[in-house]
Amino acid sequence: MKVRIKFAKEGMMKFIGHLDIMRYFQKAIRRAELPIAYSGGFSPHMILSFAAPLGVGITSLGEYFDMELTEELPTEEIRSRLDREMVEGMRILSARRVPDGKASKAMSLVAAADYRIRFREECGFSEGWKEKVPVFFAQESIKIWRKTKRSEKETEIRPWIYRLEVQGDELWMQVSAGSVFNLKPELVVEAFAAYLGEELPGFACQVQREEVYADTGGDGGRVLTPLEELGEEVE
Amino acid sequence: MRKLALSDEILLQIDKPARYIGGEVNAVMKDPEKVDIRFAMCFPDVYEIGMSHLGIQILYHMFNERPDVWCERVYSPWPDLDAKMREENIPLFALESQDPIRSFDFLGITIQFEMCYTNILQILDLSRIPLRAAERTEEDPIVIGGGPCVYNPEPIAEFFDLFYIGEGETVYDRLFDVYKEYKAAGRSRREFLEAACQIPGIYVPMFYDAEYNADGTLRSFTPNYEKAPAVIEKQVLMDVTHAPYPTAPVVPFIKATQDRVVLEIQRGCIRGCRFCQAGMIYRPTRERDVEELKKWADAMLKSTGYDEISLSSLSSSDYSQLPELINYLMEICPERGVNISLPSLRIDAFSLDVMKKVQDIKKSSLTFAPEAGSQRMRNVINKGLTEEDILEGAGKAFEGGWNKVKLYFMLGLPTETEEDIKGIAHLSEKIAERYYDIPKDRRNGKCQITASSSFFIPKPFTPFQWAPMNRKEEFLEKAAIVKAEVRSMLNQKSIRYNYHEADLSILEGVLARGDRRTAKVVLEAYRNGAIFDSWSEYFRPEAWEKAFRDTGIDKDFYTVRERSVDELLPWDFINAGVTKKFLIREWEQAKAETVTPNCRQRCSGCGAKCYGGGVCFEGEN
Repeated sequence: MKVRIKFAKEGMMKFIGHLDIMRYFQKAIRRAELPIAYSGGFSPHMILSFAAPLGVGITSLGEYFDMELTEELPTEEIRSRLDREMVEGMRILSARRVPDGKASKAMSLVAAADYRIRFREECGFSEGWKEKVPVFFAQESIKIWRKTKRSEKETEIRPWIYRLEVQGDELWMQVSAGSVFNLKPELVVEAFAAYLGEELPGFACQVQREEVYADTGGDGGRVLTPLEELGEEVE
Repeated sequence: MRKLALSDEILLQIDKPARYIGGEVNAVMKDPEKVDIRFAMCFPDVYEIGMSHLGIQILYHMFNERPDVWCERVYSPWPDLDAKMREENIPLFALESQDPIRSFDFLGITIQFEMCYTNILQILDLSRIPLRAAERTEEDPIVIGGGPCVYNPEPIAEFFDLFYIGEGETVYDRLFDVYKEYKAAGRSRREFLEAACQIPGIYVPMFYDAEYNADGTLRSFTPNYEKAPAVIEKQVLMDVTHAPYPTAPVVPFIKATQDRVVLEIQRGCIRGCRFCQAGMIYRPTRERDVEELKKWADAMLKSTGYDEISLSSLSSSDYSQLPELINYLMEICPERGVNISLPSLRIDAFSLDVMKKVQDIKKSSLTFAPEAGSQRMRNVINKGLTEEDILEGAGKAFEGGWNKVKLYFMLGLPTETEEDIKGIAHLSEKIAERYYDIPKDRRNGKCQITASSSFFIPKPFTPFQWAPMNRKEEFLEKAAIVKAEVRSMLNQKSIRYNYHEADLSILEGVLARGDRRTAKVVLEAYRNGAIFDSWSEYFRPEAWEKAFRDTGIDKDFYTVRERSVDELLPWDFINAGVTKKFLIREWEQAKAETVTPNCRQRCSGCGAKCYGGGVCFEGEN
């Protein structure tokens, strides 16, 4: 049985890097005594696949991984058994059965993600920035300088920003993610700052990922579906 | 959610912020309002090293079982954070509550090796606790030291309010009870220490005075407080089976050095190697009941989710129930995806059979610790392993498919000759030859023999406590002899040789057998910027050299001098179980190249029988 887990990573857990989160879940799955499938060999490892690595310092309400179980279990039981093993800052939001097959691997499905940017006190943009957001977003082209290993190059990011809006005092965006073009939300904030002609101090904003999507639109255009909706609950 | 002591800005700028946030699986949270005693347990090294230490996990578990005590953890901030904390004036804090250490009742520091002494000062300094016990006030925690180094606590005596000599499981409860009484009655720090020093195993340095002879040796060591005992008795846990054990140890988020379940199967060692301090101070050997160990293994795997379990003891092959325990582990582990790791096993048919089942032969290597290259030298140090044993073990292993061997040696052992030194190369060569005896079609490519040597450091409470240590130059010459001899061997391409840092060994030698006067060097070195001395990238020999120069402390006095057996040694006020008579006898036997049988073969009358249990009474029921 292939199961997709959606989890939240909040509070101090944002300081735990992606590799350590993977190790954390391997232990949690063992503590929950879920019938996980192992690869063969002398040091067998669990068959787990994480959707999109999250950078250190970023919180999330929409993280995903897939795992393979050797027996069928009700999805709510899987969710609650795993949730019981979580530390403060980690929550299991859902467990869904997903169809087998390589094409459905969480990692290869990722097409977009939502992010919320919270500005720390006295660290945000100057008065009137909120009105400038739609104007900035309405541009046909937004270019940023991106550092690559060898040099710096100018990159067009406008096509990869799908939505950008002000929500309360926060900036909210939906951007391309995954293997085609992974747009870091910090770059969008940077581009907006450059557009305003301002510079944000270091660590000015707290980034939170809120959802990760697959593109289920096919040739007819982009249709973003949250990864969990590709699975079903089983009783 | 818990509030962290460090800001996001700092945590995101330093390496591995997970070292400082606590909140791990099985970490214990309590309401500070509902406990009487707050204890900060410290391992004075970086988190990943400290979290790998079993002793702390045992005491953490045991203390937190008491509803009136909250025990938390603290480790050395890595130099990147150390700099930030000093720059921004942030006091050191405990991982669980994130509260400043200075607000605690106790700061307990486990002292596992001499090279952490400057890190102890770092901990005190960052906690804003005066470095010297004499300068502390009622506002400061009681600073306790424990662990193997406290069998000679003198070089760090002035930094501690009290030391706990022996195994932690025994008298901490009494210490806490006394503390509670004194705290409730509003009594002073001095009054508490006066009461504490009367608890067996507790040593309060400020209640003792040391006087020296003109030649620098110790003349007398006497209590200056009438109720302080003249001799401190080591505390031993005799019932190791019905003892506290952390069946739900704290599981770090980041990879620790020991990233697995650790099952301590026994304490002590029957072998009596004459250089080995652990083999002397943990006497008598006490085995834990195998049925209890099975339950603990099971419980720990369940509570942690670790994918590996390891057995811990000084010499696992001597544990009488080993086959039964390993068979049990082989039954329960594979189905849970758990690996079994087996360190310190003697290489024989049984262990090879087990290793074949639990390890990947292609990746794993065999480890032998002959400790010395020649049989003569091994007789001197009482290492029972013979060349025959090694060649036979290696031969069996090679035929079983292994082709990597690690060998551990020491250089600078008492009475060592050039032949003994070259013996390291010769033994490595013989092992290589044994490998190439196997027909080509049945062996697995070339063999890889790695011989490593450390420099011998005489330790208190061993038969070599009187022995002279080599100088740095001698060590390096000896290492060069081994290197050249290895190069001249027929199979030199299959043998790799490496040796330890000599500067560090000399320093360790000074501190291991130092007295109260050496504290000045530690303090000066710390002020000169020495911390994390055991980390080669941070070790600053010049900080230490300057400290020796400025304090006028003569290294040679502590290292190369052969002591007479009549000399009053700085640690003689401790009764560690093994008698001085026994140690002298063993020192004589060593010089006569005579082997002493192990505890199971014949009792050598070391003195540890007085504890009334363990191997001394085996078979007598």
